[in-house]
Amino acid sequence: MAAMISSMRTGQRVRKALIFLLLCLGAVVFMLPLFWAISSSFKPDYQVLEFPPRWIPDPFRWQNYPEALTYIPFGRYTLNTLVIALLAITGNILSCTLVAYGFARLRAPGKSFFFVLMLSTMMLVDPVRIIPMYIEFNALGWIDTIKPLVVPAFFGSPFYIFLLRQFFLSIPRELEDAALIDGANRLQILWRIILPLARPAIAAIAIFNFQGVWNDFLPPLIFLHDHSKFTISLGLNFFRSSYDVHWGYLMAASLVAMLPMVIVFFLAQKQFIEGISFSGMKG
Amino acid sequence: MAALADKAPRISRRRLSLRTREAIAFYLCITPWLLGFLFFYLGPMVASFGFSLTRWDLLTPPEFIGLDNYVRMFTRDPLFWKSLQITTIYTFSYVTLDLILALVLALLLNQRIRGIGVFRTVYYLPSVLAGVAYVVMWMWMFNPQAGLINTLLGYVGIQGPRWLQSPQWALPALIIMGLWSVGRSMVIYLAGLQDIPTVLYEAAKIDGASRWQEFWKITLPLLTPAVLFNLIFGIIMTFQSFTNVYVATNGGPLNSTLFYVVYLYRKAFEHLSMGYASAMAWILLLIVLACTLIIFRTSGRWVFYRGELE
Repeated sequence: MAAMISSMRTGQRVRKALIFLLLCLGAVVFMLPLFWAISSSFKPDYQVLEFPPRWIPDPFRWQNYPEALTYIPFGRYTLNTLVIALLAITGNILSCTLVAYGFARLRAPGKSFFFVLMLSTMMLVDPVRIIPMYIEFNALGWIDTIKPLVVPAFFGSPFYIFLLRQFFLSIPRELEDAALIDGANRLQILWRIILPLARPAIAAIAIFNFQGVWNDFLPPLIFLHDHSKFTISLGLNFFRSSYDVHWGYLMAASLVAMLPMVIVFFLAQKQFIEGISFSGMKG
Repeated sequence: MAALADKAPRISRRRLSLRTREAIAFYLCITPWLLGFLFFYLGPMVASFGFSLTRWDLLTPPEFIGLDNYVRMFTRDPLFWKSLQITTIYTFSYVTLDLILALVLALLLNQRIRGIGVFRTVYYLPSVLAGVAYVVMWMWMFNPQAGLINTLLGYVGIQGPRWLQSPQWALPALIIMGLWSVGRSMVIYLAGLQDIPTVLYEAAKIDGASRWQEFWKITLPLLTPAVLFNLIFGIIMTFQSFTNVYVATNGGPLNSTLFYVVYLYRKAFEHLSMGYASAMAWILLLIVLACTLIIFRTSGRWVFYRGELE
């Protein structure tokens, strides 16, 4: 019996070791594109297209970075993108918390109809809305401003409303009932009680929204024409299609453009873990 | 006590009942979304259908032509069918590969091994880096002379193809490019795997089940909701692919990667055929809705919800 158990254990250990090896190999393969991009980003022009390539660039050209980032006004584009992101996140938080609170706590005839309607709008593909929206915004004179990218956020987004609603549902009602008995109105309850408790969920939404805005391409492509208003995506795309750009520059610019996402990702991991354990929202 | 008495329904008309006030509060709360729904969902959709019945270039007034756009699309536009075919092939291949790869990774990452958190981060990280930078990076990976892919192939003596510059290999290149984001589906599976009660596996082990049987009889059935989720969202998102294609190949070479939305964009904003593009948009919507509906309807046969057991 003891022999059987011990052989089972060795079998388990061998299995785990193999999986570990496999994962290591896979991880290396998976990270290769990043290593390659980093390596290329430090290569001078003439070395980039060399074959067989060196993995460690010999003249280590850190100048690629400042040069690439000023070749196109990267600072300006970053600022533009940040402004849009900040405004959109604010709009979303304001509107989505309000709407989600309604769906979570208030009873009314027709509520479930509207809830299902809201959820089903997530299946309406973007292209069918974006052309008329372009025409709408054109009529308002909003084309070539950031308004089309920011204003819709103040009207809520189904996905975030849904997330918040689920979160609100998990907050015990007693807190609100106590406040109601004390004479508070709903708005005060939302502001003073619910929102502070909902910080993890709001943080999650802010992070998702930031990601969405940072990587957004088609809407800025359609709505922004003046180069000085470009976002990072548009700037990078324009950079790529420029005539004499070499890949070292492009990799440097791309890596810098991806950096905020990586940072946000590592910060978000903590938030998510906190948020989920805090609200006990595993279901 | 006084506060409670305050809430009792009064006969006087000055105070509405509690229920009515709550209903009003509800509708006030959802007003932002309701307005947004009208201006950015319902309105545009109806308008879009209206435009699809016209010929309009934004500069001159629209001209009503009935169903002409649709007729032209189906009978006199080979690029419409080509783009539909390319998008369908891509969606089918990519979603299938992504679903399988994500499952394999999730299974491997669901072990209690030292450093598993680091591995999970490594495999999930690329799916966070979406957007133009991701695509530009991959364009360099696929560079025929000095890109990573052909370099690695060169080490084993294979002369790599021209990838994004070759009509035969551009689509596979896009698929490979997309699969780097497998982490997105993988975490859904991971969450599903961690929800499976270990009691089931212990019971199975006592009954002498092999690992293979454990997978087929316990793991996979309990993962079917996650598979459904990944399948539906995968199809909806992949069918609308735009950024990757536009930046990497812009439909070329020789229209071999002319995805549906890329063609739609071209029609709307380069040829200024707003009416025609709107018609294309509606067809896209109907296709995606139909697919989603079919998958949902047939899902009853293969998706297993734990709740039904209890």
